[in-house]
Amino acid sequence: MPIHDQTYRRYAGKRDQTGQAWMVIALNGIRTIIAKRLFIGLLLMAWIPFVVAAVSIYLNASFPQFTLLSITAQRFRDFLDTQGVFVFFITVWVGAGLVANDKRANALQIYLSKPLSRTEYIVGKLVILVAFLLLVTWVPAILLLVLQVAFSGSFSFVRQNLYLFPAVTIFAFLQVMLAAFTVLALSSLSKSSRYVAILYAGAYWFSHAVFGLIYAITGSTRLSWLSLPGNLNQVGDIIFRLQARYSTPAAVSFLAVAVIIALSIWVLERRVRGVEVVS
Amino acid sequence: MAELDPSPVVALESVSVAYGKNAALRDVTAAFSEGATGLLGPNGAGKSTLLKALLGFLVPSSGRMKVLGLDVATSAVGIRSRIGYMPETDGHIPGMNAVSFVGYCGQLAGLPASDAMQRAHEVLYYVGLGEARYRNVETYSTGMKQRIKLAQALVHDPDLLFLDEPTNGMDPKGRDEMLELVRDLAHEKHIHLILSSHLLPDVEYTCDRVVVLDKGGVVAQGPIDALKGTRRQVFELRIKGDRHAFAGALANAGFECHETDEDVMRVFVAAEEGARALFAIADRERVQVRHLRPSVPTLEDVFAKAVGEK
Repeated sequence: MPIHDQTYRRYAGKRDQTGQAWMVIALNGIRTIIAKRLFIGLLLMAWIPFVVAAVSIYLNASFPQFTLLSITAQRFRDFLDTQGVFVFFITVWVGAGLVANDKRANALQIYLSKPLSRTEYIVGKLVILVAFLLLVTWVPAILLLVLQVAFSGSFSFVRQNLYLFPAVTIFAFLQVMLAAFTVLALSSLSKSSRYVAILYAGAYWFSHAVFGLIYAITGSTRLSWLSLPGNLNQVGDIIFRLQARYSTPAAVSFLAVAVIIALSIWVLERRVRGVEVVS
Repeated sequence: MAELDPSPVVALESVSVAYGKNAALRDVTAAFSEGATGLLGPNGAGKSTLLKALLGFLVPSSGRMKVLGLDVATSAVGIRSRIGYMPETDGHIPGMNAVSFVGYCGQLAGLPASDAMQRAHEVLYYVGLGEARYRNVETYSTGMKQRIKLAQALVHDPDLLFLDEPTNGMDPKGRDEMLELVRDLAHEKHIHLILSSHLLPDVEYTCDRVVVLDKGGVVAQGPIDALKGTRRQVFELRIKGDRHAFAGALANAGFECHETDEDVMRVFVAAEEGARALFAIADRERVQVRHLRPSVPTLEDVFAKAVGEK
């Protein structure tokens, strides 16, 4: 006879309100990702440009005679441009498997049989990737602004460039949302994270290559809206009040970004379901 | 449209579901009472579709559904907080061991993290995976995967369980244990459940009531004992002669007759009539009765009659 029979007991404890499951999904996803040492290595690498920029701000504040190191709004734009490389790698690493792995393991039917909506599931998955992407874009860029104030000992730079905080915030969020929605939509199309990674890299670089080819033939940059990174570059320049690098109207680039995000949401709405219907 | 009767745990009224142009459920009206109800039907009858529609995965083209008194069309999330679903196909969260997986499911269902983890341990012991709870779910055998699917459906202590083919792929011992668990949940733990299966013995062992589906429609429903028709006698017959003519003569005389494997005919006669009537028809049709044995009505007879098998 066992001393204590393990049997089923009814649960009398408290239950959280529905609508918080996205947080459970996000926290679990973040925990799973940061358990990988190689990924921590990538995150650390993504902060090297921040360290370089921080040193440069410090030197500029301490030795104003070095005009080469002078801090301008352009430097913040360039910093976010540099971070674009890490945004790409983190998007592929974290994002490719977010939905694809669940589809491979038939986990969607498990998730969606719990008290959470499809929107909550998508938001939960999105937050995992967005959190890491903001950690290498918005967070260091804002920290650089803070360091600028701290090292210079005055708010004069910030006062002269009041638009910089909203510009950094808007551009970083656009950069992150575009990458996150695109890869999540692609992830919902396949059961293989590798295939999704290739698809995303292909869409990213192929679109840019097509634009490059057209530019080489015609010498015009009016078709930069064909390129995923091209749209982001153009939008970034406008947000940071810089000379636009392409001749595509700004509205077209903004529209292209909005269309890609809307298309991704449409794909997610159709593909994230508890049951897959093959007509 | 009239109000649905709120007393059954699940009620469907004229529900139709289609996959593109293919109708999977046609005008289904059914009521699942408290306790254990079997959802019977051959493959493709629409059993899994019905469960998925009740979960809100599929939107019916017409009709209304209520689960635990809540309308599926407007309260799907609220309903899902009170039900547990054990899907037919294998499903798990990638990269997790059993206790993390079940605990995670508990949290998704609204349990605080510490309670979810405690429940996960308890439920895994209950389903017989206590010793294997720290193993990655991906390394589990088919039988263990069935058990963990039951565990994740139970972790948040649902009021109603949907079990879709819970004994699929299990060895005989595992199957018996799973059926014991299902029976225990329904009869000792008082959790209402709907057991979808095409295995008649599974349903007969665990359920009190049954809803039989065929080609997307309900062909029989009610308490198993009532459907079996215990006021009737059944005789198993083996004959020598023209079987078709004899079966036709039995039908003309008002006797229900099912043919089974191994040339055995199961013939239903009213309680007041005996085997004498069968001998009389055999004599008239000039067939020899080689074997006659009294039997009892089974769920198989109910099923065969409902789906129109001869």
